[in-house]
Amino acid sequence: MTIRKTSLIQGNRACTEGALAAGVRFYAGYPITPSTEIAEIMSEELPKFGGKFVQMEDEIAGMACILGAALTGKKVLTASSGPGISLKQEAIGYAAMAEIPCVIVNVQRLGPSTGGPTSSAQGDIMQARWGTHGDHPIIALCPSSVYECFTLTVTAVNFAEKFRTPVYVLLDEIIGHMRENVELPAYEEIQIIDRKKPTCTPQEYKPYIIDESMIPEMADFGTGYRWHVTGLFHDETGFPTGKTEIIDNQLKRLMNKFSKYEDEILLWEESKIEDAEILLVAYGSTARSALDAIETLRNEGIKVGLFRPITIWPFPEKALKAKLEKVKHIIVPEMNYGQLTLEVERICKDKTLVSGLFKVNSLPITPDEIIAKVKEVL
Amino acid sequence: MKRWEFRLSGSGGQGLITAGIILGEAAVLEGKEVVQSQSYGPEARGGASKAEVIIDTKKIYYPKVVLPDIILAMSQEAAQKYGSEIKENGIIVIDSSMVDDFKHDKAKVIKIPITKLAKDEVGKTFTANIIAIAVLVGLTKVVSFDSLKQAVLNRIPKGTEGINTKALEIGWQWSQEKL
Amino acid sequence: MRPDLHHLFRMDKLPHIWCPGCGHGIITRAIGEAIADSDIDLEQTVIVSGIGCSSRAPGYMNFDTLHTLHGRALAFATGVKLSNPQLNVFVLTGDGDATAIGGNHFIHAARRNINLNVILFNNNIYGMTGGQYSPLTPTGKMATTSPYGNLENNFDIPVLAIASGASYVARGTAFHDKLLVDCIKEGIKNKGFSLIEAMSMCPTSYGRRNKMGTAADMLNDLKTSAVNINVAKKLTPEKLEGKFLIGTLHHKPYREFTEEYDKLIDRLRKEGD
Repeated sequence: MTIRKTSLIQGNRACTEGALAAGVRFYAGYPITPSTEIAEIMSEELPKFGGKFVQMEDEIAGMACILGAALTGKKVLTASSGPGISLKQEAIGYAAMAEIPCVIVNVQRLGPSTGGPTSSAQGDIMQARWGTHGDHPIIALCPSSVYECFTLTVTAVNFAEKFRTPVYVLLDEIIGHMRENVELPAYEEIQIIDRKKPTCTPQEYKPYIIDESMIPEMADFGTGYRWHVTGLFHDETGFPTGKTEIIDNQLKRLMNKFSKYEDEILLWEESKIEDAEILLVAYGSTARSALDAIETLRNEGIKVGLFRPITIWPFPEKALKAKLEKVKHIIVPEMNYGQLTLEVERICKDKTLVSGLFKVNSLPITPDEIIAKVKEVL
Repeated sequence: MKRWEFRLSGSGGQGLITAGIILGEAAVLEGKEVVQSQSYGPEARGGASKAEVIIDTKKIYYPKVVLPDIILAMSQEAAQKYGSEIKENGIIVIDSSMVDDFKHDKAKVIKIPITKLAKDEVGKTFTANIIAIAVLVGLTKVVSFDSLKQAVLNRIPKGTEGINTKALEIGWQWSQEKL
Repeated sequence: MRPDLHHLFRMDKLPHIWCPGCGHGIITRAIGEAIADSDIDLEQTVIVSGIGCSSRAPGYMNFDTLHTLHGRALAFATGVKLSNPQLNVFVLTGDGDATAIGGNHFIHAARRNINLNVILFNNNIYGMTGGQYSPLTPTGKMATTSPYGNLENNFDIPVLAIASGASYVARGTAFHDKLLVDCIKEGIKNKGFSLIEAMSMCPTSYGRRNKMGTAADMLNDLKTSAVNINVAKKLTPEKLEGKFLIGTLHHKPYREFTEEYDKLIDRLRKEGD
């Protein structure tokens, strides 16, 4: 691997490097702490790559604007936080429904409402899954280092293009703002996936065909396919329909469109899990505290390990379930009041005990707090 | 090498986050592991500002300072807010031109008129953060003077090499006298 | 419909969903005529809309068509145009869509003077949701949410567009359809934000509630209330009382956003070489 110079860079910057490396050439957004660096860097870098940046009049417009650009064939990304992500939900639903590839970076800050602009939190886990109305597919990836801000933004862009879906990159303020020494790979060594484009004639083109692949081909606007895009329920041709059977089949395809690609989409990391009796399930910056806690606890002879979901949605359910043989107790430390704990409980409660460790006061969960919790349940 | 935890505090606009980044970059030049982070209020200027740097030879997980080895305080507010929690026998560097009075019973307190030195000796108040960072490195030897100088030169605008080198030397000298 | 317009429409999707007597069909046809009479590449043409009666029009038009979210057509269209300035981008929107929920996007798209051709179908009412008052429902008029008469004031759309930075602003009506076609053609030629307010009529939700008679009566109202701007110049203010102006109201080309962005890219490319 050719390595570009080792440097001390911020998580938010690593995101932009990943976006540019993955081929993102369009950004629209609105300034909001703690994600603003992403907009600032994209405004400087994109025109150098022949790409475009525009600061829109509001968060809604930022999200809508990237969808328009995505339809002309561009790889697109926007970033925001807290209140901004709430405002984007309407258009995120549109992207899921019309199957328009896009990446949304959410640098999570303390909420609800304006909350704490410079404070860290992990309170948007459930919003990422169910933030927009109606059942819909979504992918959310959760980096826990500056390096992963780079690699997972590349992955997010690839997933968006391959699966015609909105993809979240869920940072938290700590990961977004911290600087860490990283060795980023050279752009030319990064695997890039482009969306499938139709090879059939415009007359034959069905932008929402239900076939084996589950992911229809997508024509760029301006290439003669003259297709119709709508947020209404539509048939295979893209035109609105009220026929219940078609609605049913299309929504079933939407909700199942990732299932055959789970091996590719579901990412997670395991640490000292083989003999673990206590299993920590942690993500984002909190996973780092978990790793320090594990080191201390292992030195004391306590068998504790970490399961770190990298793909938060869809959740790597089978992978977690397969690791529970020796586990007596799962602890989920998170900077919210138990959002992912709910999911872990749903998956594991029949096999083992599940406890949460919640902290929502702008401060990170420390290794000592995790150590204390582990000792409490021993 | 042990895990070194630095906390640089003062008010917004003093260049403390830049100082933290430079310290981190100096350590990166030496192949060390570094995590740098900060916290700040809504103000772009004024208000308490804090930059943290962790330097280690092994992988750093928890990215925040647990208990600092060394604290820099460049304002009265910062000294009061961040100056109490420190490791036993840690060092607190006080900019005595900005902080009137400061005592600590378990840490070593070193008073240096950093901002005054920047103004009078270098001739540019904005070099106070460079003097400060040289003091911290001089006291801890967490990186070499040469690495620090290289990191400073990598980051500063062209044409300011002279004054920044001078600021580094002044800071280093004071730190060696206080050791 | 003129047979030479058929290829511009998705004939298999017609007849349209609009009520008998609705003015939107005339305006949609006028857009088709303006496109047919302009020298633009049909395969490089995108039609964007929001939500509402007027926003259903793109579904009948044989182009790349984008039926977006309520109020957001201009934000989507900004992304389409900026990412590929070669495309001719039309935005079909209504009075509620463009000036209430989409009001912010409207003034900012005009401010950027981005090269979009916006046709605002103004029927003075929210038709699709059954007749609620919009920012363009005249004061005193009845709507399902102003059952005692509308207490609010209206926007003057051309004035709002001009103040916001639009470089071409015109108004036509469903009655003065030839003039409307000419205005849309001028808008297409204008390299910048073009706003054509197309006065429509809604006999079902607006006319009925305000006792305005049949669709023909409403069309006649458009005929008698509109004064061409060239004629208006010779009339006294008293004669213009209760009338509205039609024709080209403003045309002042100036720097266009996507061109400026392309210049920036060129500049950076040269600096990089």
